[in-house]
This record gives sequence, structure tokens and C-alpha cells, in this order.
Amino acid sequence: MSAAAALRAKFPLLVANPGLHYFDSAATAQMHRSALDAVVAHETGARANVLRGSYRLAEAADRAYEAARQSAARFLNAAADEIVFTGGTTAALNLVAQSFGCLLEPGDRVVISQAEHHSNFVPWQMLRERRGVELALIPVLPDGTLDLASLARVIDDRTRLVAVTQCSNVTGARTDVAAIVAAARRVGARVLLDGAQAVQHGPQDVQALDVDFYAFSGHKCFGPGGVGVLWGRAELLAAMPPFLGGGGMIGAVTEEGYTWAEPPRRFEAGTPPIAQAVGLGAALDWMMGLDWAPIHARESALCAALIDGLRRIPHVRLLGPEPSSARAPIVSFDIAGLHPHDICQVLDAQGLALRGGHHCAQPLLAALGVEACTRASLALYNDEADVAALPAGIVRAIGVLK
Amino acid sequence: MSGATNAAMGGVEALYQEAIKDYSRADHGHGRLDGAVASVRLDNPLCGDRISLQVRLDAGRIVALGHETKGCLLCRAAASLLGKRAPGLDGQGVAVATAALEAILEQGRPPPGDWPELGMFAPAGAHASRHKCVLLPFRALAQAIGQAEAGSAAIHGANHRE
Repeated sequence: MSAAAALRAKFPLLVANPGLHYFDSAATAQMHRSALDAVVAHETGARANVLRGSYRLAEAADRAYEAARQSAARFLNAAADEIVFTGGTTAALNLVAQSFGCLLEPGDRVVISQAEHHSNFVPWQMLRERRGVELALIPVLPDGTLDLASLARVIDDRTRLVAVTQCSNVTGARTDVAAIVAAARRVGARVLLDGAQAVQHGPQDVQALDVDFYAFSGHKCFGPGGVGVLWGRAELLAAMPPFLGGGGMIGAVTEEGYTWAEPPRRFEAGTPPIAQAVGLGAALDWMMGLDWAPIHARESALCAALIDGLRRIPHVRLLGPEPSSARAPIVSFDIAGLHPHDICQVLDAQGLALRGGHHCAQPLLAALGVEACTRASLALYNDEADVAALPAGIVRAIGVLK
Repeated sequence: MSGATNAAMGGVEALYQEAIKDYSRADHGHGRLDGAVASVRLDNPLCGDRISLQVRLDAGRIVALGHETKGCLLCRAAASLLGKRAPGLDGQGVAVATAALEAILEQGRPPPGDWPELGMFAPAGAHASRHKCVLLPFRALAQAIGQAEAGSAAIHGANHRE
């Protein structure tokens, strides 16, 4: 059995659909059996609300939820009390924009990039409207990578936060995080990394990355949907006011007012996504047990083969940087005269699942000069058969559509 | 190639039948209409289809229609069909055609006798995510007529006038 086949065998949806060529892991990765099993085991064996229940079931739920927090902390090489469970990356980014955003003053600058997903774009535009902060953009180069020559100009001494993606969800372009961090540190700014497109390719080390906030989603890294993680440095979280008010986030409440709980509870108002967090913990535990070097080598080789196969098709314009090692295994392309939704519809009929459109990155697409594009994204369960099927499927789609 | 794939390919070939491609290529009514009494731009925000459409009316009837449509084949074919068929219709005629198209997509009903061309969209009925692509030009035309009939009343909501 090949390495990919052995991995696929652990993904129930892929086992149930042997003819499926799944190329949409950048939107939602398939769920690993350990995560699914952990959710079922939790819901059937330890389902209760967390916090302050004294019966044994509630204590079991507390232990499972806190164990998931420990897993997320190990996955990021961080302390558990710096891990906030959220509804997903979008919720995590909005939390920072709201809570850290409260600490900013008119005239302060927030820097993002042109390559951001709308979830790391719109919350900052909303903050600009709310607080009068200035929003500045790191432009992209024609290959979708960030224009590092602009950093000294864009990240000026009014900058308080630089919030950028670790990899583009459209081009796969990897951000030179060290360059961003160095530019931010020169002016005393904090750095937030959107890890939504990085976590499906292995554990991360926020200490080595030297960032201040890190956000990701469970459904992008083989876990359940509806749960995500915000990591923040302890001293930053401690200084931030709560975002949502409700149960769990308070110290005490009187008719006159309330006090805040310490982080991470301060940022987890209401009943959290408990079983989802437990499932995410299981997915992260599984990922931490893998040997990632050969997986990365295979993902990178498949990505290069995919680029090669697509390049041979007339009228296909590939987006993103070369060589393929400069990107996460994501390949987006435009075919002159054909709309991505039509392409995806015909690919679907051949068992190929791809996404077409603006990929929630309209500013990036505008900068790259395309209205919409078709995206193939790879994860550890993709194999040579997938990569061989896509160019053939596209040639057939062109035949149907032209 | 499996039997399931052959069946699916048959379905998708029906979806993109020659009539759809012919209308899309012909792009009847393409271009911005100068001196129009109403102008509407509509987007399908989830898929990125976009139409900019203008009409000129005389005594409540469409005498000219112009549109610029960026989108998928289904959206462009629908806009082109309106470019060909809308002149001569009044608001009621457009509403009747739109209702017939919705019935084709959502209930699998046959096209009415005076709108046989709408039958080319029947295979899109099986793909709920594509209904909005087909309907976008009809929605834009309905708004444009409403705008013309209301004089220069502003269009509110997510959509905006040019």
C-alpha cells in the first residue's frame, strides 16, 4: 500500500467514495477517523457542559475539553493558557480585531496584505470604521508573493499590528514570516499570522515563527467544523478586554457591573464547541504523531507534477509563484474564455472536486488581474492518480464547454 | 470510465447543450445602452456573476435593452436570451417569463408555448447552486423595469444603481 493509500484508509469519506478526486482541502480538509471517533466517544460518554459542574460526567467533559487545549498548545509549541477556542479562524480574527482593536487609537496603523482572505480583510476594514485607525496594505507582486521591498514604507512607526496570512488560499504563496516579523519589530508592532492554510501541512511553532497571535480552524486540519483556535502571547491576552459577554468569561457579576475572568476563559463566553474541540484535539494528536518530512516531499512533488500537467494545456494561465516549493500545495488557474463555475461543474461530473470563483480574496484577484479562478488544493491523502486525472479532466471540460 | 461518470457526463453535456453555448456566444443585446431610462447592476456575491443592464421603455414596453455580463455560460446565455426576447415586453411579460423560468428550475415544469427557449435551462434545475446564475439577468431586468416605472426611485438593499 502506498503512503497516500495508507493515509486515505483513515478518512471515512474517502473510503466511502473511492472514485473521488478531492482537490478542495484548502476550503475544508476531510475528517480523520480519530477526530470522528473522538467526537462520537465524547458525545456518547462525556457529554455535559464544561465549567463548574461537580458531577462525574461534567468533570469528564472538563478534562476532555482541557486535554484538547493541551493538544492545541503542543501543536503550536505554546502554553495552554494562551489557547482560546473559537468558532474558527474567522471568529479568531474578529476577536483580535475587536479586543486588541479596542486598544488602538485614531491614527494608529494596522497593516495587512493584498493577499488576505476576506476574513483577514473585512474585520480590519470594520475596525477602521469603528476606531479611525489607518489600514495599510503590503502589495503583492505578479506571482502573488508579498512585495517585501515595500515593508519599510508600509510598516511605519505608527504601525501597531501586522496581520498577514502564512500562505495564500489562492496562490499558495508562502509568506516570508521572518521578513514580516523583522519589519514589525523595528517599529514595535505586533504580528498576527493567519494559519488557516498552513495547519493542514503539519504542526507549527509560534516561538520559532516569533509572532504574537496565530489563528486556525479545525476543519482545515482534518478535524470538525465549528471550532478554531486563537493563540496569543499571555501578556497580550491579559491586556485585552473581552469581546463577547456572557457565561464563563466573568469573574463576578453584580447589578452594578462585572469583572473579567483571566484568559483564555475571558474570550470564551457561552458554552464553547466542546465536542468539536475534543475532535480537533484528536486530529492534532494524530498529526503530531506523523513523520512530516516525507509527507511534505510528496505534497511538493505532486504540486510540481500538477503545475507541469496544467501548463501543457493551451490557454491555461497559472497563478502563483515558482518554483512549487515557494507555495503550499495549491494551484489556481484561469482558462481564457471559460468561467470557473462551468469548469468545476464539468470536472464534478468526472469525479473531480474543485472550487471556482473569487475564493473570498477579491482584492488579491483584482491585483492579479483575474475575475475568478479555479483552484486545486492538495493534502496528504492526495496521490498520483489524482494529479493525473485533473489535466485530463480539464481537457475534457474544455471540449464540453467550447 | 465508470458508468456513473458516463451518466454524469451525459448530464453535464445536456446542461451545456449547444443552445446555451450558442446564446452565450451570440451575446444578444451586448453593450451599454445610451440614453436608457433605467440602469441596474446586480451581482451574485457568492459566485461572482455580474450583470450591468439598461433598458429604454416606451409606454411601459421595453424598446431597447443593453447589458454587459461577466459570468458563467448559464448567466451569459440567460442575458443573451433577454437581449433577443425582451424588446416588446412590458413588466407583466417579464414577470410571467421569470415565473416560468423559476417553475422550470425548481419544479421541473415544461416551458410555456411562447417561451420555448427557456427549455434550454431545464438541466440546470438539478443543480441548485446554479439557479441564481440563470435567474440573475431576469432579476436585473425586473429591477430595471421597476426603476423605470418608479421614475428615478433609488434601489435599496445589497444592489445598487450605477
